[in-house]
Amino acid sequence: MTNAHLYSLPALSLRSVAVWRRHFLVWRKLAVPSILGNLADPLLMLFGLGYGLGAVIGSVDGTSYFAFLAGGILGSSAMYAATFESLYSAFSRMHVQKTWEAIVNAPMTLEDVLAGEWIWAATKSLAAGLCMLVVISAFGFAVWPQALAAIAVVALLGLAFAGLGLAINALASGYDYFSYYMTLVLTPMMMLSGVFFPVDKLPGLVQAVCQVLPLYHGVALVRPLLAGTMPEGALLHVAVLLGYAIAGFYAATVLTRRRLLQ
Amino acid sequence: MSPLVARGLRKRFGGDEVVCGVDLEVAAGECFGLLGPNGAGKTTTLKLCLGLTEADAGEIRLLGEPVPARAREARAGVGVVPQFDNLDPDFTVAENLLVYGRYFDLEDAQIAPRIPGLLEFAGLAGRAASKIATLSGGMKRRLTLARSLVNDPRVLFMDEPTTGLDPQARHLIWERLRRLRQAGRTLILTTHFMEEAERLCTRVAIMDRGRIIVEGPPRALIATHIEPQVLEVHGPGVEAWMERARAHAPRVERAGETVFCYAQNVDAAIASLAGHAELVYLHRPANLEDLFLKLTGRDLRD
Repeated sequence: MTNAHLYSLPALSLRSVAVWRRHFLVWRKLAVPSILGNLADPLLMLFGLGYGLGAVIGSVDGTSYFAFLAGGILGSSAMYAATFESLYSAFSRMHVQKTWEAIVNAPMTLEDVLAGEWIWAATKSLAAGLCMLVVISAFGFAVWPQALAAIAVVALLGLAFAGLGLAINALASGYDYFSYYMTLVLTPMMMLSGVFFPVDKLPGLVQAVCQVLPLYHGVALVRPLLAGTMPEGALLHVAVLLGYAIAGFYAATVLTRRRLLQ
Repeated sequence: MSPLVARGLRKRFGGDEVVCGVDLEVAAGECFGLLGPNGAGKTTTLKLCLGLTEADAGEIRLLGEPVPARAREARAGVGVVPQFDNLDPDFTVAENLLVYGRYFDLEDAQIAPRIPGLLEFAGLAGRAASKIATLSGGMKRRLTLARSLVNDPRVLFMDEPTTGLDPQARHLIWERLRRLRQAGRTLILTTHFMEEAERLCTRVAIMDRGRIIVEGPPRALIATHIEPQVLEVHGPGVEAWMERARAHAPRVERAGETVFCYAQNVDAAIASLAGHAELVYLHRPANLEDLFLKLTGRDLRD
């Protein structure tokens, strides 16, 4: 493959819908355990920390700690849902089951497969986010209809982390490789994105780092939207997330071409 | 126009050229076999022809479409049986066919009526709802073959279609492949089973180290390139006998403890075995494997 082809923009096609539908059919068979898996962790975190820590902390930024945490956990659950799908599940399909190989033997391109994976992983974020939102709303911590906009942010977070995840997937030698990304990238990101505490009390240099993290921008949008207010600097936050989504998917395309087509 | 025409294919992986100037033309209705030892470049050649990997040089037309430029359009009329089964383990037998048909942009309503016929062909009638994990190796292979037919292709590419199967399963696949050819489909397969190639293929090409070294109908190749009779001898003292056998056969080779004599007529060599009860022999006509070994050597390829 020539370098021009390696780095050319992905040619997107509606054919990728067939890939999405394949994943959806698998998911439908395992929907209940899958939803529980997506929900259990963030909900335990929300209720455990929200009520437990909330009782000690009282209020943060003028709201209850539970309400504060709800926005953060909604964002981070979207991040983890897309990441798991684009790392572990996509790696199984690419490397272990050779599902991707079967698909590209049909009149499908690698770009179709990747776009299908990308949109599917974002769909998983959306599903996880919706379930979380139902719970948060049931406890009275979501203001409607503004919370609807939070759903759109969750989908955008899904696209951003799915793109990054697929890029990491293209570099992976095995499942173990993903622990580096999870512990060295995602866990610190969760700490620095205002999920558990506001970042404006942190030293200036650390705050500057926070500003480049996609989850930070996601949480900065989701939290006020849940509370029914317009986020400050919304356009910038959306632009950063879109940038991560597009750059991540482009990187995933180039790296996967290099891995599978050369 | 022939369904597949390839000229001057070259492909390099890292520092090694694995396909070094391959020309192929497969006519409609042929069963064409690409033979060669491991690492000869067979699978890479198939991938180039399908547009799954890009050639460094050369031209390919598959079903009239230039590849890789219009590989998607070309593959719409092609079925592929990969070397290793990659059926979807999360789906049933019928779901595997349905989901695969969608990759060809077929509507569910177009695919569904084809499924019973495909299952019948694969000998899997009544197993539509079975999980893939419950199928035997032969059944999985037959389902993979049926899956490759879901788009009613004119050309089938098969990479080692019977590797890993027991004789019963292999014969069943052979029978199905003959049926496909009788129905007018063009078959292109790779194999390292010479028996398979001899039985199935109307024409074979033997590939070694990235090049096609000989090409033609199996019987004609054997007649042209190799003595018609073979005598295989093994047992204690075979080395001493081997030296005497050279007087009776123009070509005598040794592989491990077995001596192979190739000749127009091996009667004299057989006669020279009289009084050597310790030597065991087998007298048989030359086959494609003898030709293959003559051309590619007896050294192990890993």
